[in-house]
Amino acid sequence: MSVSRRDFLKTSGALVVSFSAAQLVPPFAFAQGPFDTHPSHVDPKKLDSWIAVASDGTVTAYTGKCDFGQGMFTVQTQLVAEELCVPLNRVKLIQCDTSVAPDQGTTSGSQSTPTNFNTDNLAQAAATAREALIDMAAGRLGEPAGQLTMADGVITGKSGRRITYAELIGSKRFNLPLSTTAKRRPPSQWTILGKPVPALDRTALMTGQFEFVHNVRVPDMLHGRVVRPPEVGATVASVDHGSVKQIPGLVKVVVRNNFVGVIAEKQWQAVQAARQLKVKWNPGTGLPAQKTFFESMRKQPSQDALLVDSKDVEQRLAAARSVVRATYVYPYQMHGSVGASCAVADVKADRATVWSATQSVYPTRSIVAKILGLPLESVRVVYVRGPGCYGLNGADAVSMDAALLSQAAGKPVRVQLSRQDEMAWENFGAACVIEQRAGLGDGETILAWDCETWAASKGGRPGYDRPGNVVSGMLMGDAPEEVKPRPAAEPRNELRNRSNAAPSYIAGCVNGKCNGAGTVRSERVLTHTVASPFFTGPLRSPLRIQNTFAHECFMDELCARAKADPVAFRLQHLSDTRLIDCVKAAAKAARWEARPSPEPGLPRSGTVTGRGIACVVYEGNNGYAAAVAEVSVDLESGRVVPKRFTVALDCGAISNPDGLRNQTEGGILQGTSRALLEEVIWDDKRVTSTDWESYNSLYLDFEAPAIEITLINRTDAPATGAGETAITLAPAVLGNAIFDAAGIRLREVPFTPERVTAALRATASEAANAHF
Amino acid sequence: MSKISLTVNGKLHTVDLEPETPLLYVLSDEIGLRGPKFGCGMAQCGSCTVILRGQVVRSCVMPVSAVGQDEITTLEGLGTPEKPHPIQQAFINEGAAQCGFCLSGVILTAKAVLDKKPNASDQEIGEALGGVLCRCFTHLRMLRAIRKYAGARKA
Repeated sequence: MSVSRRDFLKTSGALVVSFSAAQLVPPFAFAQGPFDTHPSHVDPKKLDSWIAVASDGTVTAYTGKCDFGQGMFTVQTQLVAEELCVPLNRVKLIQCDTSVAPDQGTTSGSQSTPTNFNTDNLAQAAATAREALIDMAAGRLGEPAGQLTMADGVITGKSGRRITYAELIGSKRFNLPLSTTAKRRPPSQWTILGKPVPALDRTALMTGQFEFVHNVRVPDMLHGRVVRPPEVGATVASVDHGSVKQIPGLVKVVVRNNFVGVIAEKQWQAVQAARQLKVKWNPGTGLPAQKTFFESMRKQPSQDALLVDSKDVEQRLAAARSVVRATYVYPYQMHGSVGASCAVADVKADRATVWSATQSVYPTRSIVAKILGLPLESVRVVYVRGPGCYGLNGADAVSMDAALLSQAAGKPVRVQLSRQDEMAWENFGAACVIEQRAGLGDGETILAWDCETWAASKGGRPGYDRPGNVVSGMLMGDAPEEVKPRPAAEPRNELRNRSNAAPSYIAGCVNGKCNGAGTVRSERVLTHTVASPFFTGPLRSPLRIQNTFAHECFMDELCARAKADPVAFRLQHLSDTRLIDCVKAAAKAARWEARPSPEPGLPRSGTVTGRGIACVVYEGNNGYAAAVAEVSVDLESGRVVPKRFTVALDCGAISNPDGLRNQTEGGILQGTSRALLEEVIWDDKRVTSTDWESYNSLYLDFEAPAIEITLINRTDAPATGAGETAITLAPAVLGNAIFDAAGIRLREVPFTPERVTAALRATASEAANAHF
Repeated sequence: MSKISLTVNGKLHTVDLEPETPLLYVLSDEIGLRGPKFGCGMAQCGSCTVILRGQVVRSCVMPVSAVGQDEITTLEGLGTPEKPHPIQQAFINEGAAQCGFCLSGVILTAKAVLDKKPNASDQEIGEALGGVLCRCFTHLRMLRAIRKYAGARKA
């Protein structure tokens, strides 16, 4: 039995609210691939790889960008419906299945919208299909294309004659390449795209019908659990297989190199086996002390990059009227998905299917093939949604676990990680140290800005060939990508501010081309990557949130030194008009009162309030935002409570304003949780923050602030990413609001009550000393 | 192994397994329900929440043998896609989800507190939600949906 794209096309066009991945894609079937081509050859240059019209007129679209809660399913459905002039419920979107969808790499990095909503890929395919249908209709109706109209899956001529898409091409191939000249429908005519269409998964989610990867069940499926090392760097000395033989339902203990897993008939039996299995571990490598870790980061050999260097920074700083210096510290943080990761694999002798919540189905296919020793084209990875991942959570690792255990069992195996498995071993968001120096001249302008960053790194996304970049692949025997120390080369190409290592206020001039968002022309940005004791990987706004925290808080320090209003001082040093518009819009919506921070005459007790601002051009060109935060700070307890956020956001042409608002609200609050609470904790051997009591997060009883969002919809501009823009501002804007409220500058995240009270004590004793 | 009978969403099921098996695994593996989900296995997040005897229960830590004869209600037991329960409808109307993994905890906890005390204040609802985690931080929409449901319930 096989499944092909034709089978998808035969099914009815009604939007399926509650489909089963295992039913839709029969578990023992193997894909013959699109239109009988090889399954690894979904050619993205061919229209048929993206769009098909079924015999009932239903449009099926295939995408390599998936929905993990950010709304990508709904908004891509809107895009296809809009371009093809059919109602939403006549579009069926198949996302991220390596047997039928094109390889679009990884769904990450705020790249789905720029990739699929402008003039390439899915958007280009949909526009090509629309023009092809018009051309076909022109031929069939004998009327010029220019006088045909398209609506509701029907093309109508001036004569009143009509022809349906199904009549034109139903269940046949287009046999066309993607057209490089196909025109998108103009935003002024959009009726579906750009509208606040409710997310298509809502009803299934709210009524408990939606299938997550945790719910995938296939016949004869067994249950697996893993046994991770008790310490970082620990290796297997021996495994006592007999220690679990009394457990009913036990199928197998599997050991490969330092990977240990168990398989049982039922999930609870697997849990028992994993707990009771006696494994003798060789001691680990030990961990550096957390207390001095950030200090030690700066002394490590590093892989360096010089983004921009005007060569006159030292000279200009020496001539400055005053120089401000500060060091910022950002901890390791977790993705901390609400569900511990899960995957199901069905590995046969000659083929395998993996149901996975990975962001990267094609890379995962390649990794699984490598682990199993199967040819690439014999492995199929089907995306099924997991809990929100916010980047590289445990989904890739558990997919490898499930594949290996299923191969060992010769049967389908579902692996559920425990909370500890997930939290002790996921790829954390990188710890960073950022050193800032800037000089102020007469007239209170910034003369020079020097920024040097250190980020800890180990492993990362496995990509197509590096399973060792996550824990499972490493335990199975592959090595993670390590930092290769090397000095920085001179900046050769133009500034690409992908990680927001460069502050918004520098001109960013390299070889005469200035890509920065600001005006400061004496500038240097040097980055260092150092070895991390823990796996690291992209976590929503990777390095961007860390760097922006340091830049925007440091800008506030410069404002304070200049005794300038933080909005006016920012505007004075910005050149990018879209960012300027965001700053102005956020300040206006927040009814920003122009004055320097902190407010003079701060009370010494009770609760104080204040406001701050921050802004960013995400990744240097992938979205513009400014936010104002209002907070209260309890001077006795040190508790910070955000009261109100006002956000202005420009992400070009907006595809779905409701989805965008949902992402922005969630981003601000997730950023608040990260700014106020979240931090990975470890001892001399292992990570100790491995559950929700030891790794802090805001819960639903959190007194949620008001969030007001101004959307700047530039329908004439390319669509940018938007899922990571608002969160990037949260730690910075909260830090600045705390400074305004309480006169303390917090340079280390998270802003815990202990850190707030310590800073208050330090400021009080400085003030007392100043009196004498 | 022992035979255990339990009533879930109005249907009687008999399962044969170790009596200490957590209820969650019975609901998801034996009965095939999708509402309650494994979040932490430690009663810290709420993803596995069900209602039993009017109380919210963390099914990941409750042995199936402790359930007894009383009916268990899961998220899918409240309403159907065709006819959602009013609190589910309120969540649909407000678009109160991102990934949606946590919804059993959010919706059932809010429903249970309002069933017990229809006039519960925002603070009381907030306190009840104190052990419920949403890592997409869809807080504002969720609280708005709960308030609207509570308001409509009173009216």
